[in-house]
Amino acid sequence: MIKIKNLHASVEGKEILRGIDLEVKAGEIHAIMGPNGSGKSTLSSVLAGKEDYEVTEGEVLFNGKDLLEMDADVRAKEGLFLAFQYPVEIPGVSNINFLKTALAEKRIYEGREPVSAKDFLEMVKEKQKLVELDGKLANRSVNEGFSGGEKKRNEIFQMAMLEPKLAILDETDSGLDIDALRIVAKGVNALRTKNNAYIVITHYQRLLDHIVPDYVHILYKGKIVKSGGKELALELEAKGYEEIKKEFDATV
Amino acid sequence: MMIAEKTNTVKSLTDFLTLSSGKVSFIGNDALSKALSYLEKNGLPGKKQEEYKYCDLDSVIRKKFSDLKEIRSNEFDSKKIKKKDAINIFVVNGNYEPGISDPVNEKEMFLCRLSDLPSEHLSKITSIADPSADPFIALNTAYSGDGFYLRVNNSAMATKTIHVFYISTAEKASFINPRNLIEVVSGSQLDLIEEHLNFSKESIFSNYLSEKIVHESAILRSVTIQDENQNGFSANNNHIRVDKKGYYHNSTLTLSGSVVRNNHQVQMNGEYCETHLNGLFLTKGEQLVDNHTLMDHQKPNCESHELYKGVVDDKSTGIFNGKIYVRKDAQKTNAYQSSKNILLSDDGTVNTKPQLEIYADDVKCSHGTSTGKIDESAMFYLNARGISRENANKLLLNAFAGEVLEKIGIEGIKEEIENRLGLN
Repeated sequence: MIKIKNLHASVEGKEILRGIDLEVKAGEIHAIMGPNGSGKSTLSSVLAGKEDYEVTEGEVLFNGKDLLEMDADVRAKEGLFLAFQYPVEIPGVSNINFLKTALAEKRIYEGREPVSAKDFLEMVKEKQKLVELDGKLANRSVNEGFSGGEKKRNEIFQMAMLEPKLAILDETDSGLDIDALRIVAKGVNALRTKNNAYIVITHYQRLLDHIVPDYVHILYKGKIVKSGGKELALELEAKGYEEIKKEFDATV
Repeated sequence: MMIAEKTNTVKSLTDFLTLSSGKVSFIGNDALSKALSYLEKNGLPGKKQEEYKYCDLDSVIRKKFSDLKEIRSNEFDSKKIKKKDAINIFVVNGNYEPGISDPVNEKEMFLCRLSDLPSEHLSKITSIADPSADPFIALNTAYSGDGFYLRVNNSAMATKTIHVFYISTAEKASFINPRNLIEVVSGSQLDLIEEHLNFSKESIFSNYLSEKIVHESAILRSVTIQDENQNGFSANNNHIRVDKKGYYHNSTLTLSGSVVRNNHQVQMNGEYCETHLNGLFLTKGEQLVDNHTLMDHQKPNCESHELYKGVVDDKSTGIFNGKIYVRKDAQKTNAYQSSKNILLSDDGTVNTKPQLEIYADDVKCSHGTSTGKIDESAMFYLNARGISRENANKLLLNAFAGEVLEKIGIEGIKEEIENRLGLN
């Protein structure tokens, strides 16, 4: 699905990612954990194609294609999805119109027939149910006036509509109460197939109780310093990040 | 400037303007001499006058509109542009053309050429737009075309929208002066669309002047559509009087035009009036669009709302100058003004200036202005969902413009404008 090789990236001349290697295969869930400032969000932004970041070294192959050469919208059309840590409010652009545009562009890109208005609305209804999102929100402006939980559920709703191959969930658990967390996780699990994959970026272990990863990676100072199975997250939770910092400060 | 030169200004004007001054019956001698002496004293609107500092039309008029003798007009097909559900009125090269216009329902309205204006209404001409107050009013008063008088009768609800087309068809570069007088009589209501189009291949300067009276408890909802293309230069002078409990709503949508200057002035002449002025302009190339507004609060308990939004691209210029004048008697005034702009290029210019003159002590006034670029975080969010920059731009500009378009009270206009702007 995605192969990240020796990825280095900087923002305003400061190097944040300092050689990331990661391979995610179809059907897998990878969790990336790490203390604040370790580069977790930078990694997701770089993969999604945010222009503020400069890739200085390395390559990323997405289903065999050079991801870093693509504009952000092309990455999405190729099947990459970023669930934002802070979903952006866009006054005046309705949720529905926004999704319609996104879906239409994707269909054209894939050379498929456009979705009929009727099918589209049915799809909206069905996918909203998945994350228990109020139907009224569809006609409101994108994320405007949404609560923290509604914003995150809206991200998963969009993901359900766009059916990406690889979804990166960037701290989707931040700002969520336990009920919202459960709804979000339920949505993600329902969308899981053997053909898609997830990278779940999180600071805490609690999301991983609900979205169970196949692999856990610890990111620290822009590098993956340790990888393991789901038990690594539990270990991290028990020890805390201080332990990791001590262990790797000498080597990183 | 020497006196002799000033006189020359007027002389050269009379020489080249298509209509010689004083020919029209509805402009009284007093008004005419006021207009001419104003022009003699002040010349054409240009940089030297504070009100036209950023909008130098003097040089435009001199360069493009000299040596004009007569209007020869090209044919145009009025049927092609007529609106199905409206009463269509055509004003061609400044003159109302009843032959191609729709008749009005005589129970509801009265419509005639200004030259046929019944004498009891003559005194209303120049009663709101003072020919010695502004060069464009003076020019129009001195060289007025034979426009129309429209009155919505007492207690009538005009059932159909009136759609007025101001069309330029001249074969040669021309300076034309469309004019009208519109009254919405006490308790009545009118939906009015005024659309300015240019079918000429040559430069046209259209100096439109309208005096509108919204009588007690009357409602006038109006839309001004300006789409006069790159050959179009225009001054759009709207002078409104709103009487007690009257309601006036206008949205001015500037879709094209080389130089467009809008002077929109509202006198709130009685208590409990409400006025809304909204504007939207999208400029490209070297276009200049200048909106000057005046909310003149003369009486207590009135409210005014203004929202002007501009999208400025390339080397174009957008100007908003909004004056709120609260007179001593106008206690309990509520006046709100907002101007927001998006600059799409590095070479574009936005000038925006709120001007508040408040002489009453118990008023609520607020104004705000902002100029920024396309919101890059919103852009990235849309891109990250697979929406191209081009389509994301459309969505964001449509959202920006939508705030103004949604305020239009007349059905169907929002969609039409979105289509004409390519925002859909």
